[in-house]
Amino acid sequence: MRTYLLRTTGIAAVLGLALTAWLGLVVTPPDAFQADYVRLLYIHPPLAWVAYLAFGIAALCSILYLWPRTRSLAVDRMALCCVEVGVVFALLTLVTGSIWGRPTWGAFWVWDARLTSTALMAVLFIGYLALRKVPGSPDQVAKRAAVAAVVSFVDVPIDYYSVQWWNTLHQTSTLEIGAIHGSMAWALLLGFLSFTLLFAWMVGVRYRIEATRALDAERALRDAVAARQREGGVMVEVGV
Amino acid sequence: MWRDAWAVLVKDLGIEARTRVGLWQVLPFAVLTVVLFAFALGPHHGVLKAAAPGLFWLGVLFTALLLIGRSTTIESGEGVGDAQRLLGIDASGVFCGKAMAIAVELLVVEVLLLLGVMALLSYRPSHLWLVAVAAPLATIGLAGVGTLYGAIAGGARVRETLLPMLVLPVLAPVLIAAVKLFALAQSGPVAKATPWLWVLGVFAVVYTAAGIVLYGQVQETS
Repeated sequence: MRTYLLRTTGIAAVLGLALTAWLGLVVTPPDAFQADYVRLLYIHPPLAWVAYLAFGIAALCSILYLWPRTRSLAVDRMALCCVEVGVVFALLTLVTGSIWGRPTWGAFWVWDARLTSTALMAVLFIGYLALRKVPGSPDQVAKRAAVAAVVSFVDVPIDYYSVQWWNTLHQTSTLEIGAIHGSMAWALLLGFLSFTLLFAWMVGVRYRIEATRALDAERALRDAVAARQREGGVMVEVGV
Repeated sequence: MWRDAWAVLVKDLGIEARTRVGLWQVLPFAVLTVVLFAFALGPHHGVLKAAAPGLFWLGVLFTALLLIGRSTTIESGEGVGDAQRLLGIDASGVFCGKAMAIAVELLVVEVLLLLGVMALLSYRPSHLWLVAVAAPLATIGLAGVGTLYGAIAGGARVRETLLPMLVLPVLAPVLIAAVKLFALAQSGPVAKATPWLWVLGVFAVVYTAAGIVLYGQVQETS
């Protein structure tokens, strides 16, 4: 991503988040049933959405890597960056959900299908990150990780549809028609947009770091080869 | 593919029959796990009976980890992968053969463990057919995921610690569904079993298909 585009995305994300905070904390009224706890709603679903989006892109990039025609280390790097950021957002989803759950359900954690599958999703992708630390050639690491990402992604639709498939304490989609409207709907929509921009910025920055690291490794290897060649030349000159 | 799968199945079961690791180490481990869980829960008859389905499947899950580790060790031996590629053995066949071998071993463990749970924890399934349907379905899922992840972690020096971390979260739906079905088989109502049977069935199909498609890619990395 070009520098100015990345910077613009970052600035837009910060402005959007500030506006979401203002709308969520100042403009929108308290809910008739949930009172002020409803304000967590403006960040909790957007965080979950970004986690789904991140794992979705990671799975897509992983499929592209496994497909020989589209195989490149660039898509593998993108998958890694998306999973890293996705895990952060998945954990934040769990934390914000627990904070909301304590006053609403009476407990920080209940063994509900949605909560359990979200926790599983986070753990599955933490496993992906652990797998990436296993040494191997870049292709070996990428292939192993790609298979793990595709297999782990199966949990994402299960997580999303869990509220419909099982009787859960967790409510169904907040965006159902009529469930939310007025300034509350705008705050929520802005939350979705802002967190998506934040995700794009975080992945962009992370991708740059990873690409630079790969370039450095390549350069270091080239320098090492050149140094050995020079050494070889010197040794030939002195007649070793 | 099926001829290769059969050859791998016979080879893996043959190795197990010769070494008898399953009989002398894995099976006692499974029983020990259930007994230790029972110690942890205390001697209350009602508690143990209610917890029996969960204890049974936790025992099976931990035993499956040992069997997957064993199966992976056989395949990651010196030159095994190269020999298979040179002989033109189909990767999907290897996956199916290894998964079937793990499934057969697990089914044997499950039958014996079920007898143990019935004797020690007073587990009494009044709908035995549900147990007979749920256990093989869950076992196919366990074997499919285990074989695939065993190969993923196979080349790693940290396989012993990595494998449980990767496999256990994936197998959580199998654990939940199988425990529910075993509990329903004990105390009903059986009408509630259908969605959980679906979970096990879909899981088994999805992960077996994923294994058949992806195993070749994973094999290249080990």
